[in-house]
Amino acid sequence: MKEEVKILIIDDEEVVINSISKIAISEGYSVDPVLDAFSALQKISSSKYDLIICDIMLPGMDGFQFLAELESKRIETPVIMTTGYSTIENAVKSLYTGAIEFIPKPFTVDEMISVISRGLKYNSIMKLKKSNNDSILIVPCPAKYYRLGYSGWMNKEHDGSVLIGATDSFIKTIDLIKKIELASVNEKLTQATPAVKFETVDGLVHQLYSVISGIILASNERLIDEPELLEKDPYFDGWIYRLVPTELDYEMKLLIPCSSDRS
Amino acid sequence: MILVRKIFGKISLKLIGVVSATAIIIIGVYSYFNVTSQSDVLLAEVERHANQLSESVKNSTRYVMLLNQRDHIQEMINRIGKDPAIDNVRILNKEGEIIYSAHPEDIGKMLDKQAESCYACHAENKALEKLPIQQRTRIFKTHSDSSRILGIINPIYNEKSCSLADCHAHYANAKVLGVLDITISLSEVDEQIRQNEIREILFAVIAITAIGFIIGFFVKRWVDHPVRELVSATDQVAAGNLNYIIKNLSNDELGTLGKSFNNMIKKLDETSQQLYQSTKMASLGQLAAGVAHEINNPLTGVLTYSSFLLKRTKDNPQMQEDLNVIVRETMRSREIVKGLLDFARQSTPKKSSIDVNDIINHAIAVVNNQLKLNKVNLVKEFDSSLPKITADVNQIQQVFLNLFVNGIDAIGQNGGTLTVKTSQISLSPRGITQIKNAGCSKTHSLIDIEHKIGGMPSLKMKIKSNGNEGYVNIDPIYGNHRHYFGIAFDNNSNVNLACPVCDISFIDKNSKCPECGGPTYKIQIPNQGFIEGCASFKDNWQKWDFVDRAGVKKFVEINVTDSGCGIPSENLNKIFEPFFTTKGQRGTGLGLSVIWGIIDNHNGSITVESKLSVGTTFSVRLPQNDLLRSI
Repeated sequence: MKEEVKILIIDDEEVVINSISKIAISEGYSVDPVLDAFSALQKISSSKYDLIICDIMLPGMDGFQFLAELESKRIETPVIMTTGYSTIENAVKSLYTGAIEFIPKPFTVDEMISVISRGLKYNSIMKLKKSNNDSILIVPCPAKYYRLGYSGWMNKEHDGSVLIGATDSFIKTIDLIKKIELASVNEKLTQATPAVKFETVDGLVHQLYSVISGIILASNERLIDEPELLEKDPYFDGWIYRLVPTELDYEMKLLIPCSSDRS
Repeated sequence: MILVRKIFGKISLKLIGVVSATAIIIIGVYSYFNVTSQSDVLLAEVERHANQLSESVKNSTRYVMLLNQRDHIQEMINRIGKDPAIDNVRILNKEGEIIYSAHPEDIGKMLDKQAESCYACHAENKALEKLPIQQRTRIFKTHSDSSRILGIINPIYNEKSCSLADCHAHYANAKVLGVLDITISLSEVDEQIRQNEIREILFAVIAITAIGFIIGFFVKRWVDHPVRELVSATDQVAAGNLNYIIKNLSNDELGTLGKSFNNMIKKLDETSQQLYQSTKMASLGQLAAGVAHEINNPLTGVLTYSSFLLKRTKDNPQMQEDLNVIVRETMRSREIVKGLLDFARQSTPKKSSIDVNDIINHAIAVVNNQLKLNKVNLVKEFDSSLPKITADVNQIQQVFLNLFVNGIDAIGQNGGTLTVKTSQISLSPRGITQIKNAGCSKTHSLIDIEHKIGGMPSLKMKIKSNGNEGYVNIDPIYGNHRHYFGIAFDNNSNVNLACPVCDISFIDKNSKCPECGGPTYKIQIPNQGFIEGCASFKDNWQKWDFVDRAGVKKFVEINVTDSGCGIPSENLNKIFEPFFTTKGQRGTGLGLSVIWGIIDNHNGSITVESKLSVGTTFSVRLPQNDLLRSI
């Protein structure tokens, strides 16, 4: 039997709240729905949550302001952002301002379950990290790398191409990988849209967002046969795609430099 | 008085007046001198004639005088005096006594030395003995109303035979024995002079009138008509007809004015088209985004609940099949909405610092093959000192690719020239910077989409003046003053401007209008400082420090000119419309409208000029420093 897991859901649309609640409850979690960010902040001050699912377009205080408020109050509960105005800008901005995941509406049940599962796993890792102060549970990305939120990394190579991959923190939040589905060479990837599908042994399908936009020059075929490479060496041998970036200068503005993780 | 001012205020009448006055002066002076010189010539002729006559009389009487046949002399003088042109013929002796005369009643009368016939010689005390002919003649009138008379005196000198003659009438030592005095009536000459004068005056009057009419005709034709045409054109444009064109342009300065007027209206038309297009595109994007947001929430419900139903009805294959259709179609709806959002997303450029020359070179590299195939000669006129601009590389490249492909298409198979020119230009911020956002201190927006001025949403404020209360709509273009007053307002200083929502006043109590000393308003422009202006609207004082500080707006201008078939003028204002195409099945009609959207999103502008079978030029202007980018 799972320990009671509490999820706070913030959305101004009844039908969305009901949908997310239904999905969460079906997975055995307990939920607390609120219609705006102010009541959410009240709830957070009185009780503890394992995960927050928050809409961006909210009356009064929007999702981004809510994230900033959480940061100023040093509340570390992971936040999953969702919105009907599902633009790439919103996705990237959410991940840049501290959300761990972004899921555009409308989502399927399976997509929501995977995202919630990653969020909860991330929360438990963070808790664990706090209790055992010294141990390195997650290998941070190399200093010259950049990451999109907590899940993907990119590195500019000397020839102008860019390598992208999954961070150790993303790999740690999903179960053992059973199958990897890669996009084909010459396909165009857009920043913050799904680029890779991981099927894990627990039956979930996880999607990793592309860190930047570009055309695929090559994909790491080795991963198909040895998915464990991702776990062993996520930042070098476990690279996923080599891209010709299309809008690198612009897109890098909203990526987080990995060097900031070490301060 | 007003009528008089109106009539004489007319430029044509002023011109006619000035020209006629000049003509009157010139012709008047000319005629005066002409008449005087003619009279002088006539008089001189009469004088010469009189002198001749006088000499003839003297000579023909000489012999008879020597013979001292007095009757004979008198008879001769009588006969000569009968000539109607001759007034009188007299011979006086030295003492002034009239010896002979054509009027016999005068004989024996004494003339005083002061008499007009004697005065010329006897003016001094001592009598003169010789005088030149001019001084021997005199013109006088016997009464004030009689005709003029010319008199000539001819002295009769002493000769040997006079003193040695049998009669011994004269002393040998006398020099002048007497004078022959002939007077001739000038009435005929005067009549001729008078006729000359009348002729001259008649000529002058006719000439001046003719000049007036000729000038009037041409002024009407060259000045009045074109000016009236211009006035009616401005009225048309003021009434909103931007397609009005002044026809029948002459080659003079007014023609040039008309041409530049036509040009101005064309530019105005283009700008308003751009604004219209911009609003349309923006609202389309907003609509797409709004629809996406609204539809995605209910779709979430549909997708979640149908998925759950699928799970719950695993034992009912019939129902599973139906539910799968619902899930599949909902997923399809999700993709459609995503497409809509992508369309809206086009409108946000991803900007970085770019070199326009580089971008154009890249675009040229892409179409190079096509250029060769169509035998198009590419001319590059790049400004190598072009500064970098902040823009979206891909979008700008797309713009030039499209323009090049269009140019090559227009040139066709027979070859031609494609010219690409880059340059820098500067334009003043006044009159081009739009106030896109404005609010009161409680952040209530003043932007009024309902009331547009020049096609753009205006700034709406509450206005209170002399007990009147209503709304005023301020022109959204900085430096333009096409404000709309919802109440009767006579530009006075007793005015209050306030937020239409919360009534917070915009009057800046610490400031006075530097031009009229009246109150000023101060409105916050988010992220762009404040805009201030004269609140009494007595003058057009307006100040927007944030914009002014940036100085003139600098643009990079790129001209793409092809020597192709050109665009017919009726299509020129449609080419930026979505779905307008002349390429039939080959084109989607989205190319130029997308280009237009991209340039607009970069706060730039694109204009087109074209001449059938000469070619087309697209001019793209992109702002150099993007500090003023409105959010």
